[in-house]
Amino acid sequence: MNFLDQIWLIPLFPLFGAAVMLLLGKKFDPQPPSEVAVAPGLEHTHDEHSGHDHGHAHDEHQHHGHTHDHAHEEVTGHEHHHHGGGLRALVSFLCPGMVLLSFIFSAGAVWQLSNSSEHTHQVIQFTWLAGLPFHMADGRLATLSADWGFLLDPLSSVMILVVTGIGFLIHVYSVGYMSHDNGFYRFFGYLNLFVFFMLMLVLANNYALLFVGWEGVGLCSYLLIGFYFQKKSAGDAGKKAFIVNRVGDAGFILGMLLMFSVLGTVKFVDVNQVLRSGQFHAETAAWGVLSTMALLLFIGATGKSAQVPLYVWLPDAMEGPTPVSALIHAATMVTAGVYMVARSSALYQLTPQTSTIVAAVGAFTAILAASIALVQNDIKRVLAYSTVSQLGYMFLALGVGAYWVAVFHLFTHAFFKALLFLGSGSVIHALGGEQDMRHMGALKNKIPITHWTMFVASLAIAGIPGLAGFFSKDEILWQTYSSAQGSNILWGVGLATALMTAFYMWRLMNMTFYGKSRVPREVEAHIHESPASMTVPLTALAIGTVLAGWIGTPKLWGMSGWFRGFEQWLEPSFASAAVEAAQEGAHDASTEWILMAVSVAVAIIGIAIARFCYHIRPEIPGVIEGRCSPIHRVLLNKWYVDEAYDFLFVNGLAKGGGRLLGAFDRNVVDGGVNGAGWLTRASSLFSIWWDRWIIDGAVRLTSLIVKLTSYPVRIVQTGRVQAYALFVVIGALAFFGYYIAR
Amino acid sequence: MGAITTAHYLALSAALLLIGTIGVLTRRNIVIILMSIELILNAVNINLIAFSHYWQQVNGQIFAIFVITDAVAEAAVGLGILIALFRNKETVLADEVDLLKW
Repeated sequence: MNFLDQIWLIPLFPLFGAAVMLLLGKKFDPQPPSEVAVAPGLEHTHDEHSGHDHGHAHDEHQHHGHTHDHAHEEVTGHEHHHHGGGLRALVSFLCPGMVLLSFIFSAGAVWQLSNSSEHTHQVIQFTWLAGLPFHMADGRLATLSADWGFLLDPLSSVMILVVTGIGFLIHVYSVGYMSHDNGFYRFFGYLNLFVFFMLMLVLANNYALLFVGWEGVGLCSYLLIGFYFQKKSAGDAGKKAFIVNRVGDAGFILGMLLMFSVLGTVKFVDVNQVLRSGQFHAETAAWGVLSTMALLLFIGATGKSAQVPLYVWLPDAMEGPTPVSALIHAATMVTAGVYMVARSSALYQLTPQTSTIVAAVGAFTAILAASIALVQNDIKRVLAYSTVSQLGYMFLALGVGAYWVAVFHLFTHAFFKALLFLGSGSVIHALGGEQDMRHMGALKNKIPITHWTMFVASLAIAGIPGLAGFFSKDEILWQTYSSAQGSNILWGVGLATALMTAFYMWRLMNMTFYGKSRVPREVEAHIHESPASMTVPLTALAIGTVLAGWIGTPKLWGMSGWFRGFEQWLEPSFASAAVEAAQEGAHDASTEWILMAVSVAVAIIGIAIARFCYHIRPEIPGVIEGRCSPIHRVLLNKWYVDEAYDFLFVNGLAKGGGRLLGAFDRNVVDGGVNGAGWLTRASSLFSIWWDRWIIDGAVRLTSLIVKLTSYPVRIVQTGRVQAYALFVVIGALAFFGYYIAR
Repeated sequence: MGAITTAHYLALSAALLLIGTIGVLTRRNIVIILMSIELILNAVNINLIAFSHYWQQVNGQIFAIFVITDAVAEAAVGLGILIALFRNKETVLADEVDLLKW
């Protein structure tokens, strides 16, 4: 079977699953009317914590609330077990099955691509946007068009394998995790829809179609963050994610339009060809149109991939169910920005100034998020900031021109971060909804599989040699140090972030799994290892975490074949990036060995500090908190970035601007209207007066004169014959008298 | 008793004229008004006859016969109008009929 020509089928499987679930699901699984009231059976409890967890200390009151909710969850969970069993089984097989089918097709296609001589394979189904000719910036005529076409090349093949592979494991995990929840079919419908859009994003052969997937995953992210929409904090988090992403999307659209205007096409193959043809020169000296284009696209990436300044939505996205956090907000969707920038590598190679901005933003994001993660107490929130920090690493790598390393870190990060999130979900599941690490501890022996898998992932993210995270992170640090666009400062920031990463991850491990138990007694009785549908994906991801890094070992180690496979595989996608990478070999090997040793040492130091502070001398963190309470408070409150945004943009720009516009509207626009109304009224009053007294007055005066003058005539006309006769007699007598008198 | 002179006739005629005129002006009933008109005409007749006798000429008597004829015709027309009026207005009182105003 020729999988290469069937790549258009890959996104359609999950779309089919989503369509079945979302269109028909409700008919098969009628929800009890009480659903709305009690719906968030499991997550209900711990999310209530995260809702309050804006840095303020948890008090006893919340603690009580938690235990009460736990009892509540037991009841509702039991209720929902025995309805809709048949449909749940169907959903449980159909939705993960669709993703598995996609994975099989993806793997087949990638296998055939690796065996074929060509590096890119395009399947164009039809012209999707058949536009009109227009004049480009330089006056030439171009056609505004975009295909409904799919492109499989080394870069997108990595992405589809990550999306479908990790996506499948998370689907399986969700079957277990969501089993107590209502809206089962809805959840899986959204998940499948998400996988569809993500596959569209990574398989698209042009920016316009990529943008379809880009917006689609944004939509699914919104739907899934707000999955427990009965809860206000979840709805707010969904809206926040959606709105913050729109800010970035505006940049993306502008960049895309600029690309149409300058290059005349948005097809990846054509764009790369034009940019590499030598028609455009690298904008090293001056800021040019390409730099603007690259910056606008990067703004889009900061929104989707949670970079400064648009990272604020990602930590709040933890309101969604935990598998969603794992799938969307750790493993796949947030990597869209990294993918897009890597996809535009030809553009970024020509714009070193924008690349520097990318690297700086990445490094800043990495250290900022890591510093916040140091003090957070919500287990998912630590992981959320860790994700932001790791994405910062990826952008750091992109910024210094090490595109394959960024994709490599994306690849390894997908394994261990998905594992960490799913593991934290398993912990939360075991504790009946507890998310606060201060109410955990000593869980190592109670949930051993969760513990061991998370142990592996934490070692990996800390950067212990032999595990996935080490290879990619070390490569990023080395490239940052050695490449032409890197610098010692960026390397220092990266190293500091690595130290913090090791510390906060092992703080998390120590607070959760080791030391003394701080779990309330009534919760402790219920602790249980998660079902097989959850532990099997954990184990699979743990194996992946151990093995995934070995396909990208440092060049220094002198390995070949599969062990260097990742860089060689991606080389065609970043053709001229490889040229730069060759020049980078000029640095001497001893420097690289030393740097590697330093980064490993830093990881071990971080782990050791965490172990010391949270296990051997657990009273130390409290003392430090007391000594440096201002710093601690700032970190706990996430540098007050949310508050600052609230003040500047929500209240300042949006509400303040709204008030200003409202005032303008009321005073100037309404004032004009009211003034015109007042003038009309005044003139009409005058008009009424004129009409009544001048026009009508003249008419009535005439009639009055006629009336008055007619009066004497009128009174004679009695109409009585005798009166007339009397006049005759009088007249006759008058004549008579006259003649006599004369 | 002295002889009856022309002056007597003229006095009678003037009295009849006065009675007739007052009757026309003051009585409300149209029948009476018509009768009063007859009195006026008869006053004229007496006047004509008296002067015809005085001047020993026949002209006055001829004219009196014309006046009698005229009075007859006038009475016939007047009564006809009166009956038509009564049919329409159900009244024979002159002051209740002021149609001439219009």
